[in-house]
Amino acid sequence: MLHNDHKLPDLAPPISTTGLVGWARQNLFDTWLNSILTVVVGYFLITTLGPMLNWAFLDADFFGDSKDSCTSDGACWVFVTVRINQFIYGFYPESELWRINIMFAAFAVLIAALVIERTPHRGWIALFTLTLFPIISFYLLYGDAFGLEKVETHKWGGLMLTLVLAVVGIVAALPIGILLALGRRSEMAVARSFCTIFIEVWRGVPLISVLFMASVMFPLFVPEEMNLDKLLRALIGIVMFQSAYMAEVIRGGLQAIPKGQYEAAEAMGLSYWKSMGLIILPQALKIVIPGIVNTFIALFKDTSLVLIIGLFDILATMQAAITDPAWPRVSTEGYVFVAFVFWIFCFSMSRYSQSLERKLSTGHR
Amino acid sequence: MKKIGIFAAAAVVSLSFVQTASAEDVTLKGVQERGYVQCGVSTGLPGFSNPDEKGNWIGMDVDVCRAVAAATLGGASKVKYTPLTAKERFTALQSGEIDILSRNTTWTQTRDTSLGLNFAGVNYYDGQGFMVTKTLGVKSALELDGAAVCIQAGTTTELNLSDYFRENNMKYQPVVFDTSDQTVKGFESGRCDILTSDASQLYALRIKLENPDGAIVLPEIISKEPLGPVVRQGDDQWFNIVKWSMNALINAEEMGLTSANVDEMKGGDIPAVRRFVGLDGPKGKGLGLSDDWAYNIVKQVGNYGEVFDRNVGAGSALNIERGVNALWSKGGFMYAPPMR
Repeated sequence: MLHNDHKLPDLAPPISTTGLVGWARQNLFDTWLNSILTVVVGYFLITTLGPMLNWAFLDADFFGDSKDSCTSDGACWVFVTVRINQFIYGFYPESELWRINIMFAAFAVLIAALVIERTPHRGWIALFTLTLFPIISFYLLYGDAFGLEKVETHKWGGLMLTLVLAVVGIVAALPIGILLALGRRSEMAVARSFCTIFIEVWRGVPLISVLFMASVMFPLFVPEEMNLDKLLRALIGIVMFQSAYMAEVIRGGLQAIPKGQYEAAEAMGLSYWKSMGLIILPQALKIVIPGIVNTFIALFKDTSLVLIIGLFDILATMQAAITDPAWPRVSTEGYVFVAFVFWIFCFSMSRYSQSLERKLSTGHR
Repeated sequence: MKKIGIFAAAAVVSLSFVQTASAEDVTLKGVQERGYVQCGVSTGLPGFSNPDEKGNWIGMDVDVCRAVAAATLGGASKVKYTPLTAKERFTALQSGEIDILSRNTTWTQTRDTSLGLNFAGVNYYDGQGFMVTKTLGVKSALELDGAAVCIQAGTTTELNLSDYFRENNMKYQPVVFDTSDQTVKGFESGRCDILTSDASQLYALRIKLENPDGAIVLPEIISKEPLGPVVRQGDDQWFNIVKWSMNALINAEEMGLTSANVDEMKGGDIPAVRRFVGLDGPKGKGLGLSDDWAYNIVKQVGNYGEVFDRNVGAGSALNIERGVNALWSKGGFMYAPPMR
């Protein structure tokens, strides 16, 4: 009796299930509906992507010094390269640009230090970023102290103004939002009603009208001498508006914490602030990270609304630049560039929040 | 009781006296103390106020502010520009955030009389006009019956348009767009036969077309839009300064004074020029300025003709003809009282 205990060698899988073909069959053409969708989407991609890439890169002009440098049919990025300083720094005096660069560099280093986990003393760095750094940045940007030339806020603009609005909004709205959220769930009637009214009033009006009130109505109510800076007025408006939203996001987190946690904290004899700071908030904030980041991203994009009150963030700077008669027909390039800048910032924020979620995930499900 | 009444009346009288006294001259003093003129401009209007590649503000409206700065402070660059949207502009002036509003603002009765503001003159006579493609073969707006009209949203433009067509018993179909870029695209893609806007802006829109030479601006102007700088009411000195800075621009052109030849002409013996540069005549006393205020304007900003050419005229991409903005002696409306 012939006994064969040798295993036959494995045959290669059929060609239709491996490689590109297999992947395509499994993912793109597995049902007839998907096949139709694939063909339709593919058709659109081929017909639009090609000309788009052509326009943006292959046929485009990147360097030069005037509209005449744009000789090909594609995008005229010369418009952006010529004005890149204006888009980034606004109308900031050219001799003082180093101050913004230092601020940008310091900000980037601090953010990097906070994002990378192995950095020593991260707690102190965070404290510095949230308290001293804004003050230093203010003096660096505004000047009028330490021998720095004063640069008034009407000269601020471009990406730098967008970042100032967004970062101040984010940094100030989070703590105020936390306090408001705690206040709204407080058992003290006065604090609770104050916080509720504050949140509902600011959340009930659109940001545009807040900015409008800040820029148009407010100056009429105060005497002429007490003219608050327009940027400061807009900032206060944005912070108020944003903290109301933030408060509601955080309240969602507070309510998601099981009652047992509150009771456990009390049972340990912790005071209100200690139980909140050590037990409740760390858990609550972790739950609402997606919501918080969502609010931040929305705020970052909302900053471009300041163009209706004549503050020149990056979008408004670009819109003013395309009115230059020396540069006709460059509006598409301008808008694409600004959209790209916004996308970079929002996308990085969203990626960071996802990694933060993964890191902090301790299995509350 | 009576005493209190008298006292109160006295207080009111003295208070109002104090207020009128402090309202006068306060703008010029503020400007001189600060060292710059606060000027409200648009957030970007081609040829009138827009930032150039270096981030400097340029344009017709900007040059009015530069002229005032040259007259009051001796330096045309001593201006702080505040870009304002259409809705903010009057508040910014009323609240003292700016000293002059030079932002393509049409002089109308309501604005002049009920906002506590004064128009100091006209630096550009604008009016609503029409642009058509050459292929349409239209020579006059009266041949436009039944046309589709591209309009940039803005109530006066739409109202003027409907008035004009109704008066002439014509029909039209409005196609409304939100921004100038969209309007141009709509016109280019044939959504409408004609495009209407203020004439100065038609030229700005025309250079955005793929083929600017394929479009013409029709001769009819259907509305009056005199654009000029605005100041707060109640400070007559400042009002005079702005008014006469504009007059100096126009008078300089009439006398043939330019930024290039003013130094040379200054030494000559033409009486009008000697009065202009402050060697004779009224000088700067009545305005509270130095005697060479008008000289500074011409030297640093140029005359009205130079300002026009550089920003919207032959020397610019817009290439607008002088038309009604020519000097009165050349068939236009620009006429300034003599400086004597």
